Amino acid sequence: MRLRADLDRCRGAGQCVFTAPDLFDQDDAAGLVVVLDPAPGPDRQPLAARAADACPNRALTLSPD
Amino acid sequence: MEKLEVPEMPWTREDAFHPPAGLAGLRAGPPARVRLPSGQTAWLVARHADARALLSDPRLSSDETRPHYPQLIPVPPATGTLSFLRMDDPDHGRLRRLLTTEFTVRRINAMRPGIERTVAESLDAMVEKGPPADLVRDFALPIPSQVICQLLGVPYDDHEFFQDRSAKILETNAPLEEGARAMGELTDYLASLVDAKVREPGDDLLGRVAPGIAEGRLTRDELVFMAGLLLIAGHETTANMIALGTLTLLVTGEWAALCADPARVGATTEELLRHLTVVQFGLVRTLLEPVTVDGVTMEAGDGVVISLTAANRDGAHFPDPDAFDPDRAQGHHVAFGFGMHQCLGAALARLEMDVVFTALAARLPGLRLAVPVEDVPFRHDQFVYGLDALPVAW
Repeated sequence: MRLRADLDRCRGAGQCVFTAPDLFDQDDAAGLVVVLDPAPGPDRQPLAARAADACPNRALTLSPD
Repeated sequence: MEKLEVPEMPWTREDAFHPPAGLAGLRAGPPARVRLPSGQTAWLVARHADARALLSDPRLSSDETRPHYPQLIPVPPATGTLSFLRMDDPDHGRLRRLLTTEFTVRRINAMRPGIERTVAESLDAMVEKGPPADLVRDFALPIPSQVICQLLGVPYDDHEFFQDRSAKILETNAPLEEGARAMGELTDYLASLVDAKVREPGDDLLGRVAPGIAEGRLTRDELVFMAGLLLIAGHETTANMIALGTLTLLVTGEWAALCADPARVGATTEELLRHLTVVQFGLVRTLLEPVTVDGVTMEAGDGVVISLTAANRDGAHFPDPDAFDPDRAQGHHVAFGFGMHQCLGAALARLEMDVVFTALAARLPGLRLAVPVEDVPFRHDQFVYGLDALPVAW
């Protein structure tokens, strides 16, 4: 599975980092999302999906490669 | 004639720990027209899925200067500058972007040691004086006030002034002039502070944003209203979550569970946010285009009230929604809103609650109400629900 962030949609709300701190960070310049693990393994996929669902700006997608 | 048939928006709680019962009835159907205390009518959105969909829908506007924009209570017509909470893009985005780096999860988490010190000092002072104590005056209000003052660069010595004015601004029942006067006084105060930050920026949030005025990123008035929004939102919501949260833990028996297992604090905080939803009357928007929800078409120009309280008690998303249960399966509560205006300070609010409940449980495990629960004064008439006082002993 591929985890992608749309930086045009991201507003830096930080819900992804709160939900899955091992998968996401925010950059220092603008507070926007940084995907730490763009290809999460099966053990991390449920959390990645939960973080995508938590994003208030629908900036995250988890899709097959 | 038709207007007479529009029911009033459920407003008054029958039970202080639960939303008005009428919201459950509205949640059973699609969005329905309600009459607001302002006299305007608007669509009430009560379902969790609808609330999330509409709050992230670009066809909804937050621009209060639009004609017929819905207001919950009577307010004077919007004039001049408003905070970016009440703007659409691109202006909302331009102003919010000046703040996102200040509120990243990493920056906020770095504030933990300082907040722990503030909490320990407030606890020391309260324990020295009591028991009994008023947990609101001695603990719940001073902590977020000190934290936001330090972050923004507002002198905490002025806390009585701004706490009083912000409580008046958030009052739904006060005469119109009283709220307007409080707003005027707070605005004058913050304008002087902003001018001081322009002359001598200093190492705090307002000091870091102030040079943006000369660089053309924002106007002086925009920074003044930004400061007001951050100051009010930064202390009122968290203070009431701490007070109401502590009371909820005491009356449900969850206090003992938290004291026995401090690792429950994260799940407990999230359940308090969901269960209490202190932004109690919901968020207002106006439609830029027709929008259809659950088979009902709302027209361009119609007002919408999205009830966060109702959404957070939606059994379709939270089974047994009225139960207070930190062990429930995680959902996505909307206590911080949703969409582009979602609370900028969510990480700070969560951190403050985490530190506060951890320290309180460790220091005062014998905490108890000092009065019958019936005698606790709830803030039914404030936009931010909470307590005027919480007499406790230990």
